[in-house]
Amino acid sequence: MPSAVAVLELKDFKADVPPDWCAGCGDFGVLNALFHACAELGRQPHEILVVSGIGCSSNLPGFFRSYGVHSLHGRALPFATGAKLANHGMTVIVTGGDGDGYGIGLNHFIQAMRRNIDMTYIVMDNETYGLTTGQVSPTSETGMVTKTTPHGNLEGMLNPLALALASGCGYVARGFSGQPKHLQKLYADAIRYPGFALVDVFSPCVTFNKHNSYEWFRKRVYKLEDTPHDPSDFHAAMDAALTWGEKIPIGLVYRDANPRPSLHTQDPGLQAGLLVHQPVGVTKEQRQKLIEEFM
Amino acid sequence: MNEPDVVVGIGGAAGDGVASAGNTLAVSVARQGQAVYAYNSYQSVIRGGHSWLRLRISAGKPLNHGDRVDALIALNQDTLDRHLPELIGGSVALYNSAKLRPGGEPPAGVELCPLPVPDLAPAYKQLPVMQNTVAVGAVIGLMGLDFTGLESVLESTFAKKPHVVNMNVEAARAGYDYAAIHFKPLSKQLRPNGQRWALVTGNELLAMGAAFAGCKFYCAYPMSPATHVLEWFAAHGKELGICVRQVEDEISVINMTIGASHMGARALCATSGGGLALMTEAIGLSGMLETPVVVVNVQRAGPSTGVPTKTEQGDLNQALGASQGDFPRIIMAPLSMTDCFTTPALAFNVADRYQCPVIILTDLLMAEGNETVDPARLDVEFQIDRGELITAAPAGDDGSAAAGEPYLRYKDTASGISPRAVPGLPGHLYVAASDEHDEDGVIISDVYTDTVRRKKMADKRSRKMATALEHLPAPTLEGPADAEVTLVGWGSTWGVLAEAVEHLNRAGISASHLQIKFLVPFHTAEVAAILGRSRRVVVVENNQSGQFARHLRAETGIAAHGHIRKYDGEPFEPKHIVAGVRELLTNGTTVVEVLSTEPGWRTEHPTGTSGDWAGRLVAPAKTSSLAT
Repeated sequence: MPSAVAVLELKDFKADVPPDWCAGCGDFGVLNALFHACAELGRQPHEILVVSGIGCSSNLPGFFRSYGVHSLHGRALPFATGAKLANHGMTVIVTGGDGDGYGIGLNHFIQAMRRNIDMTYIVMDNETYGLTTGQVSPTSETGMVTKTTPHGNLEGMLNPLALALASGCGYVARGFSGQPKHLQKLYADAIRYPGFALVDVFSPCVTFNKHNSYEWFRKRVYKLEDTPHDPSDFHAAMDAALTWGEKIPIGLVYRDANPRPSLHTQDPGLQAGLLVHQPVGVTKEQRQKLIEEFM
Repeated sequence: MNEPDVVVGIGGAAGDGVASAGNTLAVSVARQGQAVYAYNSYQSVIRGGHSWLRLRISAGKPLNHGDRVDALIALNQDTLDRHLPELIGGSVALYNSAKLRPGGEPPAGVELCPLPVPDLAPAYKQLPVMQNTVAVGAVIGLMGLDFTGLESVLESTFAKKPHVVNMNVEAARAGYDYAAIHFKPLSKQLRPNGQRWALVTGNELLAMGAAFAGCKFYCAYPMSPATHVLEWFAAHGKELGICVRQVEDEISVINMTIGASHMGARALCATSGGGLALMTEAIGLSGMLETPVVVVNVQRAGPSTGVPTKTEQGDLNQALGASQGDFPRIIMAPLSMTDCFTTPALAFNVADRYQCPVIILTDLLMAEGNETVDPARLDVEFQIDRGELITAAPAGDDGSAAAGEPYLRYKDTASGISPRAVPGLPGHLYVAASDEHDEDGVIISDVYTDTVRRKKMADKRSRKMATALEHLPAPTLEGPADAEVTLVGWGSTWGVLAEAVEHLNRAGISASHLQIKFLVPFHTAEVAAILGRSRRVVVVENNQSGQFARHLRAETGIAAHGHIRKYDGEPFEPKHIVAGVRELLTNGTTVVEVLSTEPGWRTEHPTGTSGDWAGRLVAPAKTSSLAT
């Protein structure tokens, strides 16, 4: 269905329900940037499906005016994959947190990238479990003290960007909700990318993660766009993904210059067009041919 | 069954070609108008071990694989040693005399049929599998069928390699002719006729039935004994326009399937008990989002990894209890392989109508067994009922809320069914949430408390089931209401119970039969009315704890008088049920557990299921164990 030419505005994507996040939560910046990015892209709200898992950040579809699904903890990606394959005419955006995507849903994250399903995955990475009031997360720094790691986190930090690159993800970016304009650009670019696109966003939890605060990030982040970084260079991208410490890069880490075909363009069952537009059932000829196979 | 029937048992190690020899035989006899029911008892190994395929062949359609063997084809020494001693008078044992030798005297009246395979099939030296072709040729002759069926099968099987066709046809004919000269034909002779048959497995029928019913998305993780459903879809997805995906685990499987269904595609997934365990949380997601999904559990013997290649009806409790909380679900168990064909269409229709999960419980017995079906019964156009699905929006709508009343995805209607708009339509925007939500989809889980709306929405969902039974045909009693025993089974045991009832009646024990297909919702009134009049209710099920008997009691208040159970991995045979009923009637036993053993098999690990019924009482207590 062709999009209407009408100019879309931020308010077209704003749901009547106000977010119930804590004042100052990084997720506000994520949501606002998404409003702007979608208005910029010109896709109508009914042509967009936003799917989330469970967690503070996974409440996002409720605050965004489009079709939405607030699915199970860690299962947003498989749900969205099925939805995209059934109706690949939709723009599919998946949102969630680090616990949802990199913890309980990690396997699906890797498989979705390997599968190269055309969708944009926005992870609001606050390095903690916020909705359950502050436990250690896969992206919590080693040594971090939380309610469940009173003696410090003994485990290593998961690196989502390096993992994404190793898993065949063709679009890898990192943003910071303290820099919403920059974030908006990354979203719009990611949504346009014809394949699986990851935007990991530093989205501070002001209530339960006193360590990774806005201040902490502001001191460290720098934009790759301000450096000679070439996002089409895989090895340079891996170097950027592995950079952590006093200086942490944000921005477009990697964009495959020759994107692999995304799954729905290749699936043999989808060659006749949108699955949901196909006639239900089989023809008499097909039926008789199938029965004959058993004779 | 009034037509004569012959049971052929083919045994060998994995890799000996048991299945392909059986398939050649089955298709050959089917091309001469014979119906077949086959069950393969095998091990979870790729090479070696023991595989024991029984094919029951008759012009009258067999409903199970029977409880004896008339013709043994031993492909290795192990098979001859195991199964020769269990043959009964009048049966024959075929084997390659260049390779195998009977370990002892055969039972009285059993004819040994040694086949000098190297002489009959010169190609045997290069192609040991030629011994199978020779044996199949011989057994077809001994049953009284002519050679044309087998010849045509070999021609079509090897159509691309003419020299292989010739080699096989010559070997088969040599076996056929040699048997005619040297061996006595079986006393039961089959008569060719013009009936055409499709030879199918329950898994294939289920997959094809789902495709005919409009399945557009199929997703699975390989798991025995459900894998062949995935393979059928994978082979046909392109021509039928079905998206078929193999994915990382069953959690992903069901969430993808629900995702596809959410957008409006009829979507299906199949697994076995372990996979259903992983799917459990999302079964509740389907209930809460009110997004239909059809899930097939091809049951195998559990718990845990259990016995992957063995059959059981042990997952009823799992299906009943899958996922937390209360929500409507529908559970159905096809009664036969043929019923596997029509069940998905019904499942899709009620899933769409009631916007809820539907679980289909099949089992290894009917999923992997072979049966012949009259092709005319497969050439049907299913009625498709998508329920209250909104697939079109008012023209010119730009996506803003339609004029007048706003669309409420979870509208609190009298029926509880809320018209379901397919995402992508203008004018019907909503968010579907796994959290409790109000009629407009907005979650109410994060508020302080909202008792009124919480109860309203739970009631709305459960109210949907009020009319579901109207779409599910009630079971009926076969046989007299005042029979001495009423056998009650569910799912795949229909065929074996139907035959057991015939045997009981012939033996002077009047018996009737009630078979249940719909487990949830339950035809409480109808079943209670039937069983309320029964003199002795005996529940027969393929599990240890009597899961269905407990369900029956919960739904109707009727406690069965007796139970016949089997949980040794092998399916019931008619003789097990007859002996079980005798035990219940004579000794007043409440629970009879039956067990398949092989009298001739001398290890501690019996794997076969044939032989005379011994009726041996192992534990003469309230619970009896009977071994065959």
